[in-house]
Amino acid sequence: MDVELLYWDGCPSYPEARELLADVLSANGVEAEIRMREVTTDAEAETLRFPGSPTIRIDGRDVDRTGAETRPSLSCRVYYLPDGRVSPIPSREDLEAALS
Amino acid sequence: MTLTLAMDAPPFDLPGVDGKNHSLEEYAAAPVLAVVWSCNHCPYVLAWEGRMSAIQRDYADRGFRLVAINSNDAERYPADSFEAMKSHATEGGFPFDYLYDEDQSVARAYGPERTPEVFLFDADRRLVYHGAIDDSREEGAVSEHYLREATDAVLDGRSPLQSETPSVGCSVKWRE
Repeated sequence: MDVELLYWDGCPSYPEARELLADVLSANGVEAEIRMREVTTDAEAETLRFPGSPTIRIDGRDVDRTGAETRPSLSCRVYYLPDGRVSPIPSREDLEAALS
Repeated sequence: MTLTLAMDAPPFDLPGVDGKNHSLEEYAAAPVLAVVWSCNHCPYVLAWEGRMSAIQRDYADRGFRLVAINSNDAERYPADSFEAMKSHATEGGFPFDYLYDEDQSVARAYGPERTPEVFLFDADRRLVYHGAIDDSREEGAVSEHYLREATDAVLDGRSPLQSETPSVGCSVKWRE
């Protein structure tokens, strides 16, 4: 399984996202390296279709399909938790669903 | 440069989402003034925005005023444009003024690094608290209500127990 976490250093949420992702992978018995990829320029964000930090792709598929369509930019990405609250990282539920 | 404690509030005169300009002098009667750097697109702001409204509502009868300012570069971040601010404020039913610092001159005078980031001033408009609204973006996990406690202190004629805390949020989007 290919697990990639793209991030922009201007947003502080990626360490927390990485920690949650590692926990979800472990809890689901998935032994996969999390490949960290830093995005540093607007041009790179466009090329990588990077809708904000953090963006997690499993086997190339974004864990949040809706948010994946957001205009590429160096910004913090908005996620919505199952109860509707806004979060700067994906929900555990979204990560688990992406693994299945 | 970021304002340090006891420094005077730099003046501003900025357009608000209500169609009027708002200046620092306009809030002269407020015994406490919170100037909060904010924006539309940041998930940290979105997580804290409800608490900004609640604080304004809860302290309104004691003269407290909260003013939010968006200084982000709207060319690179169109979601933070003045037009988008108007829609965002309407949808959120903001009970506070929401101002647009298009040329970023006010941001340069105050020196915020993050959104949201609070600068709290006493009646003499000296900085008495700088930092986060509280200690968790998740409302249910908050244990330290920094802005409320600092506001209570000023209203009671005391110094805040904590006068500086680290802000957690999106970076201010400076023009290149």
